Amino acid sequence: MVVLRLEQLGKAFRLGEIGRRVFFRDWRNKLTARDVLEDDPDVYWALRDVSFEVREGEVVGLLGANGAGKSTLLKLVSQITAPTRGCVKLRGRVASLLEVGTGFHPELTGRDNVFLNGVILGMTRREIAAKLDEIVSFSGVEKFIDTPVKRYSVGMRVRLAFAVAAQLEPEILAIDEVLAVGDAAFQQKCLGKIGEVSRSGRTVIFVSHNVASIESLCTRGVVLDKGRLAFDGTQSAAIEAYAATRGGRTTDLRTRTDRLGSGEVRVTAVELRDSSGRPVAVARSGDELQIALHFTRSAGATFPRLAAQVTITTYLGAPVFTFANWLNGDQFGDLPEEGILVCRIPALPLPVGHFTIGFRISAEERGRRDPFDGMEAAADLHVEAGDFFGTGKLPPLRLGVCLVRGGWKLEHQSRPAVA
Amino acid sequence: MDLRETNAQEVDDSGWTKILRPQPRLLHLPLRELWRYRDLIWLFSARDVATTYKQTVLGPGWFILQPLMITVVFSYLFGRMAKFGSDDIPHYLFYMGGLVPWQFFADSITRTSNVFTGNANLFSKVYFPRLAVPLAALLTNLVPCAVQMGLFLIGLVYYVLNDNPFTHPTWWVLLTPLIFLQLGALALGIGCTVSALSRRFRDLAFGLKVGLQLLMFGSAIVFPLSRLEPDERALFFLNPVVPAIEAFRYAFTGRSLVEPWHLALSAGVSLVVCVGGLLLFHRAEQDAMDTV
Repeated sequence: MVVLRLEQLGKAFRLGEIGRRVFFRDWRNKLTARDVLEDDPDVYWALRDVSFEVREGEVVGLLGANGAGKSTLLKLVSQITAPTRGCVKLRGRVASLLEVGTGFHPELTGRDNVFLNGVILGMTRREIAAKLDEIVSFSGVEKFIDTPVKRYSVGMRVRLAFAVAAQLEPEILAIDEVLAVGDAAFQQKCLGKIGEVSRSGRTVIFVSHNVASIESLCTRGVVLDKGRLAFDGTQSAAIEAYAATRGGRTTDLRTRTDRLGSGEVRVTAVELRDSSGRPVAVARSGDELQIALHFTRSAGATFPRLAAQVTITTYLGAPVFTFANWLNGDQFGDLPEEGILVCRIPALPLPVGHFTIGFRISAEERGRRDPFDGMEAAADLHVEAGDFFGTGKLPPLRLGVCLVRGGWKLEHQSRPAVA
Repeated sequence: MDLRETNAQEVDDSGWTKILRPQPRLLHLPLRELWRYRDLIWLFSARDVATTYKQTVLGPGWFILQPLMITVVFSYLFGRMAKFGSDDIPHYLFYMGGLVPWQFFADSITRTSNVFTGNANLFSKVYFPRLAVPLAALLTNLVPCAVQMGLFLIGLVYYVLNDNPFTHPTWWVLLTPLIFLQLGALALGIGCTVSALSRRFRDLAFGLKVGLQLLMFGSAIVFPLSRLEPDERALFFLNPVVPAIEAFRYAFTGRSLVEPWHLALSAGVSLVVCVGGLLLFHRAEQDAMDTV
């Protein structure tokens, strides 16, 4: 059954100050019944002509860059603001969780705030009273439940607020990026709860920048790009489509002066690519990453045994690993005057975080200590969560700056037989 | 999307719980939904009562001090110095009898007139019928009003026991709840209108402050209507606040020039203002968050 349908949904916002000028113009347009929204330069369409529908029990992930219209779409669905064009059709109650702890009052106790927050989200006092014990124990702030919330730490507030929200039982649940707050353990707890909600047959619309959480939770992905629907399909296809809308990330190096070497070969740009060679903006843990070094060679210079290496360093400058063709024995042959050296890393062993890419180009016959070109921190490498271990789990950056695969088993101690 | 699915949807296009459209129905109030959110109205108002006087030394004592101080000042300024008179009603009962309903009315307008600007943060994060906020504000205002009513009644009992010849409560006392209902409805209508319009034009907030101060003098709080010429008086009775306040005075002291048809007329005006304000407010709430 279709529980939510968007029909040619559009939302326009007026930019800038609403002063006397806008006031009189609006009235003039009203009187002349002119539709000015279409070509007014002060009007910004946050969402335009978006149509799709969601069936009962689906978990839809909304993907899109900042300003793509994801939050606007959630606000329209959750009735916070009305559409400018088209309509939203709903079957059943909608609860939205666009912020954790909406309406918390610092002077009131935790208990009072549970009730206040709960009724704001659409529950009745009776429902909340029935679930109070569960809420309090899920939040883990039992001891402080009769203390004013202003004395809570941020973490306690967030836990209490999510505990309330977790008790919502609407037919449609709209969630916006609330997982961005809180620590990793809390995020896991939230994700688990969202998974539980979807398994109970309710519909979830979920906005996140965290591609891994979309991948593990959602059954379907919708990609918005500049207010329009760019893709609608399975979540993994949507993630690829989303990567495509973000475009590639090529760092131009032609104006950089912080380089080493004699200059017979110059790297002009660093480009990141995915396994199929498409440019990407960010890399994912466990996925193939290709680092493409665009170069130019000065005329007349030939080096049959070129040595190319890239070094990945943490954001603070500590090297994580180096990979070079002289390590695995790959050969390039003669270089063209312009070309691309592609370094392929089949399963990127990096946790989520920011890294930098450095490189060095030299020739075996001249010795690697006398390079043609080299640069530290030539380009940024942003790594987002991916499935390195095949379990969807990743250790945080603080437990180590690189990932390894391996195995664990138990061995029983075999005691030497007593003679 | 394949053809089979498309067909299935066409059959399915009915039984929606809610359809959100750009232009909502003009004459529609979400009364059923408000009823569903009655707990919210209650808790909002409980929150406001509990938190208004936090961090003050006197706390709810302010409910009592404020009207007492004003009564003393009025009684001195207008009663003794300007000699406006009070229809021979004891000063305490005359000024308090005007101030208790007036304060309720004026505070209700103030509290319901900045709903969108005052709750922008909350409104942009979660949906609930926005009318819950002004309704809760009215409910909140009943608390200080009840306290002040108690003060007034203490004075009344004192004068009745002392056989004051100008203090004779009438059966109109039974109308008191209706008088407050009418004042509340009128205030709600005005407050909601200002809320709805001031989300785009803050001018109204300033205008309202001045307007309320002036309206107090036009509402015969500080002088008895008997001081006016008959045709002037008729003009005053057109102000829908005046019959309500005069009815209140008549109910408890038996001295006023108010007549039932004055009251009926002002009740009618209040009802129209109230419904109009609510409709405007409901229309405004659709896209209020885009312009605040």
